[in-house]
Amino acid sequence: MRNDLNALLAGLHNHEARSIARAISLVENDHEAAEVILASLDQHHITSSQVLGITGSPGVGKSTLTSTLVRHFRGQGKRVGIVAVDPSSSITGGALLGDRVRMMGHALDPDVVVRSMATRGRLGGLCAAAGAAVRIMAASGCSPVIIETVGVGQSEMDIIRLADLTLMVLAPGMGDEIQAMKAGILEVADLLVVNKTDCLGAETLTMDLEAALRGKKNPWQSRVYKTVATTGQGIDELAIAIDELDAIYRSSGEHDRRRHSSLELETVDWAVELLKPRLLKELQEKIYAAEPRQAARKLLARLCPSITDT
Amino acid sequence: MHKHNSPFRVLIGKPGLDGHDRGAKFIARALRDDGFEVIYTGIRRTPEEIAAAAIQEDVSAIGLSSLSGAHLRLFPAVVEALRAAGVTDIAVLGGGVIPEEDIRQLKEAGIDEVFTPGTPLEVILEAFRSACRQQRKTHQP
Ligand code: B12
Ligand SMILES: Nc1nc2c(ncn2[C@@H]2O[C@H](COP(=O)(O)OP(=O)(O)OP(=O)(O)O)[C@@H](O)[C@H]2O)c(=O)[nH]1
Ligand SMILES: [Mg+2]
Repeated sequence: MRNDLNALLAGLHNHEARSIARAISLVENDHEAAEVILASLDQHHITSSQVLGITGSPGVGKSTLTSTLVRHFRGQGKRVGIVAVDPSSSITGGALLGDRVRMMGHALDPDVVVRSMATRGRLGGLCAAAGAAVRIMAASGCSPVIIETVGVGQSEMDIIRLADLTLMVLAPGMGDEIQAMKAGILEVADLLVVNKTDCLGAETLTMDLEAALRGKKNPWQSRVYKTVATTGQGIDELAIAIDELDAIYRSSGEHDRRRHSSLELETVDWAVELLKPRLLKELQEKIYAAEPRQAARKLLARLCPSITDT
Repeated sequence: MHKHNSPFRVLIGKPGLDGHDRGAKFIARALRDDGFEVIYTGIRRTPEEIAAAAIQEDVSAIGLSSLSGAHLRLFPAVVEALRAAGVTDIAVLGGGVIPEEDIRQLKEAGIDEVFTPGTPLEVILEAFRSACRQQRKTHQP
């Protein structure tokens, strides 16, 4: 058992495909080796890597755009990681993970690491292990690491906190602009992309978005990047914009602030996750109060008296 | 320990030029509805691409579908590509329009099970479950 784990850690250290994949599974399945694996990661690589989020409604072209961006980054000699998240069925727990179909052109490239992940009941658009998967890829020398999730409303915007910067992708003919404005997504995304500009309605959509963005104080927030992911049109410009904005965030301290708060929130998530079984067990044994909020306070006062003075 | 309720991960792939994808998609959806996490890689992939994707996705089993008659070449090529990468513990199952007399040959080449039209779905699902259980048992660091 120990030997297997040591072999895995050695493989991870050598950036071997199978070890990276096994490591992500063990973390995702909450295996007891997960902590050792994550603690062994190369922090220097993690800190210096670039983490990009790509989100938007179903079918707008996120996976195709990701694949085209990957080709661009590979041209620059960068090793790239991709975490593609799709929802699990709340009824069966199963999932059909199809983002890879658009990325198979990179399948034989050892420097394109792709992992499809299901949300496994977690809300917010990501799975619980997404952050860990990103760090495992980053530690194996991937930069950028791109996270793709379906995101329509603000309830699915966990990606914003995990990524250093997030691209919101829209496409004509999907009623997207109204959705986006309603959900306040234009405010939270870092870069707006209108994809499928070869299709009817792209011009109108772009103009509507630009009108909605007028008056934003940061210049990049008032721009709409136009792409045709299937042909690569507009990709170079988008990639330059990504790097420029990344540089701005890094020098202004925004980058560090985001990384810090992302780790903080993930830590809180884990604390809650680890506490949950204890809380449920306690509740099975004793009723604290009829009103949940009051019951919660009493429960915490009993289980962790030192933190519940308030 | 593993949380033993973590879903099994499998990959459904179509090697070669065969464009008949109904069966593959049908099996992929049936597995999803049975609680599997299914990675689908689309039509017209090479055996090497399918093997590489299966390794990156850390699946317990691969399901290959072929209706065009090239299974004797393409299915064993996936097993070969896995072996070339040092992987012998991912189960490979196959299905499609495959003559009875080819099945023995495929099994000798390392394909664990082959299912032809008319096989009850439950038999196919159980074959995937059992292959995944087996793989998970041998795979605990
Ligand atoms: C529908 C169909 C088509 C459709 C395909 C639509 C699509 N997107 O899939 C169209 C019209 C496009 C088509 C085209 C052609 N077809 Co056609 N087609 C069929 C047909 C009638 C049914 C196939 C089907 O969809 N069945 C329904 C699905 C659900 O069943 P299934 O795929 O068999 O899957 C079941 C099992 O096999 C198994 N299974 C399948 N895959 C897997 C994978 C795993 C992992 C497991 C566990 C199980 C499993 O489980 C499934 C459920 O039970 C078959 C005849 C037949 N009876 O099979 C011919 C057939 C497959 N076609 C045939 C041919 C020749 C062609 C063409 C070359 C015709 C031509 N000359 O143009 C083209 C080539 C297309 C291409 N690009 O590859 C031949 C193949 C002959 C051969 N094997 O040598 C067949 C057998 C007809 C025949 N008797 O001649 N075809
Ligand atoms: N015309 C046109 N089609 C595109 C473009 N980009 C993507 N598509 C097509 O749009 C469809 C969906 O593309 P995907 O990349 O799978 O979209 P997605 O947003 O990843 O989809 P989900 O992951 O299912 O939400 C595919 O058929 C693509 O070929 C584009 O720029 N122009
Ligand atoms: Mg996609």
